[in-house]
Amino acid sequence: MPQQPDSAVRLQGVARRFPTLDGGLISALEDFDLDIRPGEFCAIVGPTGCGKSTTLGLVAGLARPQAGAVSLFGRPVDSIDRRVGFVFQQDALFPWRNVLSNVVAGPMFRGMTRAKAEVTARDWLQRVGLSAFETSYPHQLSGGMRKRVALAQTFINGPDVLLMDEPFSALDVQTRELMQEELLGLWAQNKGAVMFVTHDLDEAILLADRVAVLTARPARVKSIYTIDLPRPRNVADLRYEPAFIRVAKQLSDDLREEVMRARKQGTAAT
Amino acid sequence: MSDVSLPVGTTAPMAPMPPLQRSLVMQMRRRRQLVITLRLLVLVVFIGGWEVAVRLEWLDPFFYGQPSGIVMRLIEWIRDGTSVGPLWVQVWVTMYEAGLGFLIGAAMGIVCGIALGRNAMLADIFSIYIKIANSVPRVVLGSIFIVSLGLGMWSKVALAVVMVFFVVFGNAFQGVREADRNIIANARILGASHWQVTRHVVIPSALSWILASLHVSFGFALIGAIVGEFLGARHGMGLLIATAQGSFDSDGVFAAMIVIAVVALAAEWLLTLLENRLVSWRPEPLRE
Repeated sequence: MPQQPDSAVRLQGVARRFPTLDGGLISALEDFDLDIRPGEFCAIVGPTGCGKSTTLGLVAGLARPQAGAVSLFGRPVDSIDRRVGFVFQQDALFPWRNVLSNVVAGPMFRGMTRAKAEVTARDWLQRVGLSAFETSYPHQLSGGMRKRVALAQTFINGPDVLLMDEPFSALDVQTRELMQEELLGLWAQNKGAVMFVTHDLDEAILLADRVAVLTARPARVKSIYTIDLPRPRNVADLRYEPAFIRVAKQLSDDLREEVMRARKQGTAAT
Repeated sequence: MSDVSLPVGTTAPMAPMPPLQRSLVMQMRRRRQLVITLRLLVLVVFIGGWEVAVRLEWLDPFFYGQPSGIVMRLIEWIRDGTSVGPLWVQVWVTMYEAGLGFLIGAAMGIVCGIALGRNAMLADIFSIYIKIANSVPRVVLGSIFIVSLGLGMWSKVALAVVMVFFVVFGNAFQGVREADRNIIANARILGASHWQVTRHVVIPSALSWILASLHVSFGFALIGAIVGEFLGARHGMGLLIATAQGSFDSDGVFAAMIVIAVVALAAEWLLTLLENRLVSWRPEPLRE
């Protein structure tokens, strides 16, 4: 059963707890189960501070669970897996490298020569529309352009599992919409599994095949919604269609319950 | 009215400047000239005031020197040499000791700072001893070095090394600790090994901290060399000052100070050049 390659990401009975300063324990995740199929776009929504980012850290191999099992394609995660890509909420580009050098970083860390990596990197920069900015430094670019560089930097490694931690939350509404479309375009070519954490319900529904709603802390999966909207999706128009609004309403009520519970717990801080 | 509606930002470089831009440029230029004039005025008032105060016998030149006397002493040193030998030999010896001490101390500080910053266990073990060593007044070690290493230049180099090491070490360590966790996580997921993270993330991000400490610590290296020469030497600016002090020659002390200041400013300028080359990726500092 665990060897079956029908799941790209599998979390089974996972728990992650943090010691507090007064000697207690805070449970971020408890008894957490989730399955993501290869090539599936799964969005994860939940109240702030409920442990969404913690989940991504476990899958990426940046942290270990205290209980339960995390596996990628049937193999337990015991260190950072090469098949994983990660797009961060904050800027994680190397500020001392120009755009091209940022994009070649992944392949070069993995042993590719600079010349070869640059050829691939130029191709990715063209796909995200940044060919003219090869020699710019991150601080010279806008927030949306920096996110594009981050996408190229991640996609160039050809990840089978793409983890995204509220990647567009710092962008303005118009830029965010463009970036969502761009992401869907890139993902259509890459075809990896995506685990997309967001606090924006609309974003989750617009992008994902399935949306998992998490409970307040300690987080577990409360319910999973299958989004049957046809692809390719037009992010700009889809949000006004009745089918979208129906799902959004249902999800919103579901999430609201948890948000109210989280507020009662007083865990509003992330 | 038409002045205001001109598209200021889109002017071609060869076209004549629109009036608004021209007036802004003029305004900036005028401010700059004013600043330079006022700076010169402050200098003239200070030096002139000093000279006048001495001539009017408000200040005793025996204790406080006098600008004209200092200039005379400098000319005499350059032309005829000092009481301990030619001036350039003294400058060279002190610079050599300070420079060598600076290089050794900075290299050791950078290596140790990065090694400890990247290894939590080493950091926990050694941090207490480094704190203790840092709280000891290190100039006192000069006496030990004179006894053990002799009157030659190595005792001064050793003192300069000790003076520089802790400053650079502290900054390198802090710089490593301050490296952005997100950027490190990103590099690791992109495929970087521990060494690659150190080389491509930690060192570049600690670089501004390290360079900042180099500015301060060159001054410390100079202090180390001069104090060392003070305590016992055959050549050097410290010896020159000690000799001037011994013969109650205030002008000589001030003249030596000026020579050292010129040397220090030149070194500072070189370090700034190096810094600008190494961190060219940084955004321009904000100007008002």
